[in-house]
This record gives sequence, structure tokens and C-alpha cells, in this order.
Amino acid sequence: MDTRRAPRAVIDPKVRKVGFFAPPEPSQSALPDPIPLPSSSLSPVMIPPPRHSSENLLPHARPPASVVSGASSVSIEGSVVAGGSYGSSSELFPAPMSPASSSYSSSRFVGGGDGDYFLNGVAVASPGRGGGKTAASFPRGGFELPEAKASSVPASELTTVSVVNDSSLGIRERDKADNGRGSALEVKDQTANSKQKKDKTTKAERRALQEAQRAAKAAAKAEGNKASGTVTSGNAKPAKATKPPQKVDNASAAASEKKGCDRPPEKDRKKDVPQPRMQYDDQSRVEKAKRRAVVKQTEARNRVELFRHLPQYEHGSLLPDLEAKFFQLDTVHPAVYKAGLQYLSGNIYGSNARCIAMLQAFQDAIRDYRVPPEKTLVRDLTAKISSYVSFLIECRPLSISMGNAIKFLKTRIAKLPLTLSESESKASLHSDIERFINEKIILADKVIVKHAVTKIRDGDVLLTYGLSSAVEMLLLHAHDLGKQFRVIIVDSRPQLRGKILLRRLVEKGLSCTYTQINALSYIMHEVTRVFLGASSILSNGTVYSGVGTACVAMIAHSFRVPVLVCCEAYKFNERVQLDSICSNELGDPEVISKVLGREDVNYLDGWANTENLQLLNLIYDATPSDYISMIVTDYGMVPPTSVPVIVREYRREQLWI
Amino acid sequence: MWWRSASFILDRQQNDEALRQDTSSTITPPPPTESSMAMGLATDHNPNNISAYYQTRAAHHAVVTSDWLAQAQAATTPHDPPQSTSAADPDKPFSVIDEFNNWRRLPDLAEAVAAIRALAAVIRSSQASTMMQLEIELKKASDSLKAWDTTSISLTAGCDLFMRYVTRTSALEYEDFNSAKSRLIERAEKFGEISHKARKIIAMLSQEFIFDGCTILVHGFSRVVFEVLKLAAQNKKLFRVFCTEGRPDRTGLRLSNELAKLDVPVKIVIDSAVAYTMDEVDMVFVGADGVVESGGIINMMGTYQIALVANSMNKPVYVAAESYKFARLYPLDQKDLAPALRPIDFGVPIPSKVEVERSARDYTPPQYLTLLFTDLGVLTPSVVSDELIQLYL
Repeated sequence: MDTRRAPRAVIDPKVRKVGFFAPPEPSQSALPDPIPLPSSSLSPVMIPPPRHSSENLLPHARPPASVVSGASSVSIEGSVVAGGSYGSSSELFPAPMSPASSSYSSSRFVGGGDGDYFLNGVAVASPGRGGGKTAASFPRGGFELPEAKASSVPASELTTVSVVNDSSLGIRERDKADNGRGSALEVKDQTANSKQKKDKTTKAERRALQEAQRAAKAAAKAEGNKASGTVTSGNAKPAKATKPPQKVDNASAAASEKKGCDRPPEKDRKKDVPQPRMQYDDQSRVEKAKRRAVVKQTEARNRVELFRHLPQYEHGSLLPDLEAKFFQLDTVHPAVYKAGLQYLSGNIYGSNARCIAMLQAFQDAIRDYRVPPEKTLVRDLTAKISSYVSFLIECRPLSISMGNAIKFLKTRIAKLPLTLSESESKASLHSDIERFINEKIILADKVIVKHAVTKIRDGDVLLTYGLSSAVEMLLLHAHDLGKQFRVIIVDSRPQLRGKILLRRLVEKGLSCTYTQINALSYIMHEVTRVFLGASSILSNGTVYSGVGTACVAMIAHSFRVPVLVCCEAYKFNERVQLDSICSNELGDPEVISKVLGREDVNYLDGWANTENLQLLNLIYDATPSDYISMIVTDYGMVPPTSVPVIVREYRREQLWI
Repeated sequence: MWWRSASFILDRQQNDEALRQDTSSTITPPPPTESSMAMGLATDHNPNNISAYYQTRAAHHAVVTSDWLAQAQAATTPHDPPQSTSAADPDKPFSVIDEFNNWRRLPDLAEAVAAIRALAAVIRSSQASTMMQLEIELKKASDSLKAWDTTSISLTAGCDLFMRYVTRTSALEYEDFNSAKSRLIERAEKFGEISHKARKIIAMLSQEFIFDGCTILVHGFSRVVFEVLKLAAQNKKLFRVFCTEGRPDRTGLRLSNELAKLDVPVKIVIDSAVAYTMDEVDMVFVGADGVVESGGIINMMGTYQIALVANSMNKPVYVAAESYKFARLYPLDQKDLAPALRPIDFGVPIPSKVEVERSARDYTPPQYLTLLFTDLGVLTPSVVSDELIQLYL
């Protein structure tokens, strides 16, 4: 009924400062301390944070003293660097030093970031020392580079890195090794290093170390191969290779410094960001993808211009082709194969059902999985799952909920403790998937039904569109509770899923009205509530759901009928989409040109291949959040503006259950 | 709207027929028409429905006629039976509801504060020896409080808030049970102060928005709004206030009285003259009985129409509400709330055939509100849900 947010631009509030601030005029003698300090318990809603989050905070809560002292020692060395003018590097190295030291002095203390500072600090220190037998004195021992080779690294190449990381420095300091002077500073360096060892290494730190070692090893190998002739080229490579992780580390340090809270490190977040989708109007990439594909896909002709970036295939040949390949596709587990065929033939539909089918197929696949010799479970299984997923995508593009579930599974695999045996890991994954299905889908549906049923009153006329499992459960539950209401089921060609819902409801004795979407504006004026399902809800509140949903929501909104969307929280996505074009799915155009059971409607027979006819069968559409009054999810009833809040607050939990 | 539809009438006939057939075979629930109408009809012959919350408000803020008081008194009495049943434990003379009622009578005490003080009294009188027992006892007490007056949002919100505090700060953090207990009591005692301070904070935050020469329309009597205006007057701001009359409690009269004492230019406007005066108004200031999850507010009857008028004339509507009024409710429309009824004195006898709309509050959807001034800061309506999610989930 309600537009969520009316255009508020016209009402120009006189906002100058918003938030917690003390107006400067202290004319109020009656206000001793009006603005509460964060620590004092003045705000009435200030309540200690839930326990789990405090636990999350724990690992970052370091004894500040040790790190600070480390930092201070480093900063002393930093000054040494600044003093000793060492070619081009001297003007560059002090620069990154100052932000680090200043951030310490501001005493804004950040877990996760300090390790990086530390590394940086150490790294900065080493050029200042500029000499001696560094390789021997360096306890990390990652830098077994023969000195001769390293010395030829052009300094200018490395100094472009603005914030220094130890990996590049490992090579760096080598090129000053032959300068051989100053052993007093070396002692300092060692103490710094031992301190670092005492410090619990953060993940970023460990990663950086590993990267450094790897780079050093690679360099050493390169060195071994090409005796000493083409050193520069052999050397440039590892230097380059270490760059991306470096950037990540710095970014994560910066991010955690800025936020000062227990965020997942940047690289985790990077992983979450959806990869740019494959654009199917890009010829070369399509060709490449085709070569990789298991299933032979013939692309449909006469595609609609606006939707050329979406995959569209001739559906007729796909299924028999795939069925014939059953014995050749030994890379695909039979359970996955079965799920794929079911997606393709349309036997499994609805994002919940598809997601459950996929997860169960993966369960079977994991049960039958054996780690091949000389491979690790974590890596091999992830690759295996990826290959299954790409097979499933070939059968039918993934829904967003499936994408989230896959992300969950992959995180679980990646987070498996290395100490677990093969069977134990498999069992743990099996139970994880089981829990995901139970908690995020089945239980979530129950909670949604429990919440949404409070919005059904006696005498209501409820309208729903198509088939949504959550709405179906809701209607049946409300009926079981003895509520007196009437249901209008709106349906549309070509899928006509509403009929399935209609049959199930009528069997249970609900009073139903069935109509096509054409009659929507006629029927809407008697409706009191609209309940819709969703395939996904994006973070701007846009509801991504079966095509036609936007139309229903829009008409309901114009009639001031409240629109409630029932959607499990695992389908929320941090993406933002403004229209239905960018990402969508194209169905078989055949089905809209033919009408089943109507021989007389055959005007389009044989027209499918004409040049100037383009058939468009969209599967999804995007409903703007303005048309949505409420989203019912497993975290309660929230306005569509709160979707990003839920995504933010619960994403980690979702991934780590 | 829908009952006008031809298809509905047809359906209802069919339903009724079906029901009639059903009745012959089995015992059925009451026919739909009756239950759906119950809300509208029940008003006149059900004095139990009268909202305790709005009674207190009227008693504290209103200019009240004597016969109204008599009615209200009559309405209070039927509350006694549930009270005795809820405090069913015979060996325990203590009753939360009595305690709550005692606190409630203090005119300057917010309802949520009264609720929390009552719960603190539960802790004090409790014989529980473990945190779990105490939690269970508290839960029971808060449930009975909430059930006692379902119309009061701040009562519910206050109970929830305190329960949230109890469950999050539990024995895990304080090894000693007694220290945890005293800590909880201390917190509850402090809550009154917190609520008082919240009002001061809100008053300070909103000063920025009151500029010299502005005209403010105020609806009803709200302690927070009064605090805002008082501070503005003390800061020597030049502004004038239009007070609506606030029928039937005439709470606006009380507010205009108080403002006149502060030498603020005040004009009383009858409730029906809001649209007439709106062109002179620069901003609308209202309090709230409750802020719901959508960011909308539940407030004294008439707020919604004032917000609609203000919105159509592009005037900002500001809400001043303490954050303990945030409630996990999500009404979809006006009728989606438990009705809070109150007696209305029309001055003349109303024929018994005439129905009287006696609801005491309405729901203003978020799109008609500009900003909310809370002790958490100045918020847009959509942030309310953010805060609630962080608080309760």
C-alpha cells in the first residue's frame, strides 16, 4: 500500500548536522552531560553486544603494549632510513612510514592491521641497515637468493611500490647486500623480528610470508635455470608476481584501520564480489566457453537485440543430446547429472527446490568422492564442485539462491581444518550441507510463515502470483489456523505454475479464485493483501522474481494494497540491479509462440526462423522497492530498505554457520 | 472496498452455503462475517477494551471533565480480574502489575520506565538462585505485563528492552550471581535517568532545526516535544507555535498553557483547521507513542491526517521520540494494530444506534515523515529498522 519512501527531495529539511554532536552553545546549565560517552551506559538502547560477536573480537584484542613498542622501535629505524640517503629508495621509504607511525600514535587500535604494519616496519628498516650478511641474519629464511643475481634488480622497478612489503624487500635488500656495511642496525632488526614471531601472526601476515617464500623460491629456480645471463628478466617476474597479494594486504590493512572492527579481510570480500558475468554477445569469449562446454549448445537465432548478452540456446536439441551423453560424461557425478537433467527438462523449478536438489546432489557427490593420490581434499574438491557447477550452468543458469549456496559450500570446504581425515571432512561437509538446507531453507520457511500469518486477518482477500513455496505454506498454515480468507491466484502463460498452487489449495479446502494476469486491474480492487515470493532480493530492495511479479506489485501499489514479499534470507544478495535487462534468464522462445491444446492458434508455426521476428521469453523481472510494503524473512518483518542491513549483519554468519 | 465487489458477494454466498452444509456435519468455527465485523461492533458493549495506556496519558496531560473521569474509573475496574489471575502464585504476594500501576501514576514517568522499574522490583523480590531461574521469572513477569495492556507500545518495548539486556548480560560475564543481580537492578534504576536524559538529548539535537521566525505546528501533548520547545524558548529563539486542540482529551490546551507560561506565542487551532492553517506553518512537530519497524510512527489520533496535509503542502514533519519507543511492530495499515479504545465525551448524549469511532491512535507511514529526532541521533525513517535489527536480532 505504502510507497516505501516518497520522493523526499521536495521537503527540504534544514539538516546541517546529523548524528551525535553537541551543539556548541552551552547555555544550558541544566544539562550537565547531555551527550553520553560511548562507555557510560546512558543511551537507553545501549546493550552489550551479543556474545558471539564479542568472541569474534577476541582474537584481535592484542596486548597493545608489545606491538606499540615494536612499532616505536621500527619508527626509530625509519628515521635512520631517512638519514642514510640511499639512492632512489630513501625518499620513498620514509613516506609509507609516517602514516603507520601516526596511526599508532593516534592509538586507534586495530586487530589484523597491526601485523601488516609490523611487516612494513621491518621492511622499512632493512634498507637503512643496507648491508651485511642479511641472508644469514634474517631468521625468516625465505630469501635464499644468491646475492649476485639479486643485486642486478633495478631499484627503480621496485620503488614504484608505494607501501613496502617484505616480499619485495626480500629481493630488495639483497641488492644492497654487496654494499656490506653497518652491523649495529642488524641487531635491532633481529629483535624486531623475534618480536614479530612472538606476536601471533595474522592471516594477512602469514599469507605475505608465504608469498614471499614462494617468490624467493621461484626466483631461485629461475636463477638455477638461467645461470646468470638474463637475470633481469628472470627477476622481474617474481617481483611482479608478488605485487597483487601486496596490494591486497595493504588494502586490508587500510580497510581494517579505517573501520576498526572485525571485518573479514579484504580478500574475502573480494571473493564475495560477483565476478563480471559472461556477456554472450562477446564472440570470442562465447567461442572459448563453447570449447569448454560439455553439452553441445546451439545458439538460438533471432535473438532480441537488447538481450543478446544473455545465453539463449535451442532447447529442443539440448535434452536428448545430454541424455545421449550419459556414458561419456564420467567427470560429472550421476547425482549432479540427474539434477542437471531435471533443471533442463523443467522438472525441478522454484529457487528453493532447485537449491535443495543441487545441494543434495553435491552431498551425494561428496559422499562418493575420493581424494586422488598426491592431491589435497580442499583444492581438489573445490575444483570438482566448480566443474559440477559449470555443468549445472550449462543445463540452466544458476539462480541467485544457488549461487549463495555454492558460495557457502566452497567456504566450508576452504575452512576445513587440515587435521581432519578424509572421511571426517566428508562427514563434516555432509552435515554442513544438511544444516544449510534445514536452517536456511526449511526452518526459515517455517519462521516466515509464522511471521506472515499475523498479517492475515479474517475476511481478507489475498492475492498471489504464480507459485511460491513460502506463500503456499503460508496460505495452508493460515487455513489450518482457521482464518477465514479468500485467495486469488493470478497466473500467466507460458509456465502457468499458478495452476499447481491452485490445485494444492483447493484440495485443502481453501476458497480460491483463479485468473490470468490480464484481469489483474479488474480484480485488484477487492484485494486486501498481496503475497509474493521472490527468487532473490537485492540490496537496494529490488525484488528479483518470476516475470510478471513487477506488474502485480505495481498494480497493487497503485490500488494502495500492501505488497508483502516472503523470501528466505539466504536469497539476499549484495548486488544492486535497477532493471531486468542486465541480468536475467531467457527461456525457450518456442513456448510463447505455441499455445498448448489450441490447434487453432498456430499463426506463429514455422515463423520462428524468420529474420524479422524475434521472440522474447523472459524468466525473471525486477520489482522496484517502492512497490514493496514489507519483506517477510527469517529475521522477521523488515522494510525493503533494511535488506542491506541484514546482508551486512548476517553475511558472515551465513557463510560460516 | 472489497465487500462492494460482485465476485465477493457471490463467493460469500457460496461460502455461507458451504458453511451451512458443514454445520450439519461437524462443529464449525463461527461464521466469517461475524468475526470480521467484531472489531467494528464490539466497541460499544465492551468496556474491557479500553486502553489503559491512553487513559494514563489522558489523566496526565489532558484537560479532563468530571464525567470522563467517572467513565474512566468505571473502565478501570474490569481490569482487576485478569490482574489477580496473572499474579496467580498464591504464596507470592508480589504482583508486577500492581507495581507497574504504582509507577505509572507518577505523571513525569514514561511508561517504559515504569515497566522497567516494575521488572526491577521483580528481580528484587525474586528468590531465584540462578540466572536461568531469574530469567524465566522475569520473562513471565514481562509477559504478564505485556498481556495486561496490549495497547501500550512503550510498555512492550520497555519490557523487551530490559529482557534483551538481561539475556545479553548474563551470569557468564559476572561470575557471581548476586553481583549480576545487583547490576541488573542498578541498570533498571538508572533507566529513569536515561529516559530523562534522552529527552534532553533530543531537545538539543532538534535545536538546529528551529530557526528564528518559524511557525511550528504541534499535535497533542508530548513531553519530548515540550522539552524541545522549552529549550528553544530558553535559547531565545523566536518562533511561534500552533497547538491543535487534541480532542477528545484536549491535550493541546495543556500544551498551549505550558508554552504561554514560557512566553512563547501560541495559537490554538481546532483539529479540523489543520489544513486551513498549514500554509502558515513551517514545520510540524509530533511526538510518538511508538516508532515501528517500517520507520512510521504510532501516535495520538489525528497525526496521520496532519502528516498527510503537511506532505501535500511540502512541509517537513519531524518526530521526536526516545529510542526506547522503538518497537518490533510492522503495521501495514491503520487497522493492522490492536485497537486502543477510549471513551469519548461529546457533550451531548449519542443515540445508541450511532456508532462511535473510539480508537485513540493512528499509524503514520514512513513516507510522510521527514526525520526522527531520537537520542541515537537524527534519523531518517529507514534507519529505525537498522537500529531495531541490531538491537533485537
